[in-house]
Amino acid sequence: MELILSAGIGALAASGVYLLLRPRTYQVIIGLALLSYAVNLFIFSMGRLRVNAPPVLEPGGAGDLLRYTDPVPQALVLTAIVIGFAMTALFLVVLLASRGFTGTDHVDGREPPRGD
Amino acid sequence: MVTDWLHHLLILPILLPLAVAAVLIPIDERERTLKGAIGFASTLVVFIVTMILMRLAAAGEGSLPGGGVYQLGNWPAPFGIVLVLDRLSALMLCLASGLALAAQAYSMARWHTAGHHFHSLFQLLVAGLNGAFLTGDLFNLFVFFEMMLAASYGLLLHGSGPLRVKAGLHYVAINLAASSLFLIGVSLIYGATGTLNMADLATKLATLAPESRRLVETGAAVLGVAFLVKAGMWPLSFWLPAAYAAATPPVAAVFAILTKVGIYVILRLHMLVFRTAAGASAGFGQDWLLTGGMLTIAFGTIGVLASQAMGRLAAYSVLVSSGTLLAAIGLGRPEMLAGALLYLVSSTLTIAAFFLLIELVERGRDAGADVLAVTMEAYGDFDENEEEEEVGVAIPGTMAILGLCFCLCAILLSGLPPLSGFIAKFALLRGLFNGPEANQAIPISAGDWTYVALLILSGLAAMIALNRVGIRTFWASIEGTIPRVVVIEITPVAILLAACVFLSFQAGPAMRYMQATADDLLAPLVHSERVLSAPRAGGQ
Repeated sequence: MELILSAGIGALAASGVYLLLRPRTYQVIIGLALLSYAVNLFIFSMGRLRVNAPPVLEPGGAGDLLRYTDPVPQALVLTAIVIGFAMTALFLVVLLASRGFTGTDHVDGREPPRGD
Repeated sequence: MVTDWLHHLLILPILLPLAVAAVLIPIDERERTLKGAIGFASTLVVFIVTMILMRLAAAGEGSLPGGGVYQLGNWPAPFGIVLVLDRLSALMLCLASGLALAAQAYSMARWHTAGHHFHSLFQLLVAGLNGAFLTGDLFNLFVFFEMMLAASYGLLLHGSGPLRVKAGLHYVAINLAASSLFLIGVSLIYGATGTLNMADLATKLATLAPESRRLVETGAAVLGVAFLVKAGMWPLSFWLPAAYAAATPPVAAVFAILTKVGIYVILRLHMLVFRTAAGASAGFGQDWLLTGGMLTIAFGTIGVLASQAMGRLAAYSVLVSSGTLLAAIGLGRPEMLAGALLYLVSSTLTIAAFFLLIELVERGRDAGADVLAVTMEAYGDFDENEEEEEVGVAIPGTMAILGLCFCLCAILLSGLPPLSGFIAKFALLRGLFNGPEANQAIPISAGDWTYVALLILSGLAAMIALNRVGIRTFWASIEGTIPRVVVIEITPVAILLAACVFLSFQAGPAMRYMQATADDLLAPLVHSERVLSAPRAGGQ
């Protein structure tokens, strides 16, 4: 499980960074989205990987910490997802405004002299 | 009862702007004066509150309500989230809200009409800034940081236009990537130490197992990169001049404090976590800060000399100021801290005033004038014959006032005596050359000498560049019309500069406050103890 998760995070982060460095705004926004998925999974994994362990205590259940997983990273991930989502939406608006002003989707607002 | 009320003052700088921002949104955009008045009143209240908090902090932690610790959910520190006020955060709060007040007054003359929801965004920025300075918790720092950044995206785009949208696109993309790094760093630190509270982190780091220590250091390095992007350390700073030069003047003026947020966090974490208490991790990353800071000064200096437009000149001055502070932290001399803090205050005020002033000066000129001026400099003036006839041309009153402000800015930015720019640089150098005891010389390394040289050269470069621009603008005005300036626009500039002048005359008390702040920072475990042992409100 550790291997699959770390490979997944790695693949997401690598493709995210690659797309972030591309010249088209659409590629950049997809890159940022992939990067934020990778980061969210990474935060999640920092609470250690546990299967079948709830993050909140059950009413009446024994308070044995071994049966529960760390709730803090899950709360952090939730916050990070919300903030990341809002920021991506905001970036989308800026992207559209830029497209409207310059008539191109190049990140520098103008086409390079020869096609890229 | 009174102390109870005083205790709640701690959260007011965050809550009030948040509430006012929400109230302002439904008010119709045509009621600009009303919106401006409400926003200005809110910032004014925040400024007064931060002044009170700073006075309390200056008297020492004992006189602060609740010891300066505000437990948000009334849970004690490592489990609950806390706001922490000490001398450093009080100073930054005061500086930020003062700048915001000046910028907001300036914007009410004309700039707030350039787009929608200016005052709401402005209040959100103030709330985010204050939150970032007050929080004692790494993840909350992220939340306030994002709040501040979200507002700053909106403010940078305020006024619209292709140039701003292009700069905004780059600014948003880079900050989103930096936020990802921020999260990676925070979660690594949490994974290795099991805490997000800064004070708790400082105590835990000393007794950490070696394999976890490596993870914490990696996390701190990743986190540091995120803040260095914000602070504008070379080579992470190429976005900064374009974004700052494209922003509308009041926005650029508050942005002067945004880079200082990055510096504040680095200073705070570095002093709290990686000082002597950190055991094997003591002094982690110091060399990187020193080298990066010095490269930033060099890059900023070249940029200042090469700039043709005043907006870019000011943006590169931001870089020089950041570099000076980063390198001062990197040198790791406790004696330099007080000087660095004074430099931080003085340079932020000056750069903000300069950003506001630029637009007033340039209002009467057409866009091509700067390029033309430089071309004329290179090829000689065309109208040499006419010069003899013009013996003494009366300078219009507006230009005289603007010129005076410009002179003050130039003196402050280049660090010439007698103003606070000089005093701050002098305090930095004195800390570098003198040991803890007065008149005790200590060995000075090659790195120290490089720093001294760069600090002085950057001042020289600022003086040359500002002289060139000043002469072209005020003495040899090319077909310029006199800018129309209203009182509400020049007053904030004058007040910011007056604050610098005041800082020069009151340098003694100011330095005493800075020294006390530095002493606080040098005793991180005392700080941790205070945060962790703060009692819950209302007894048990």
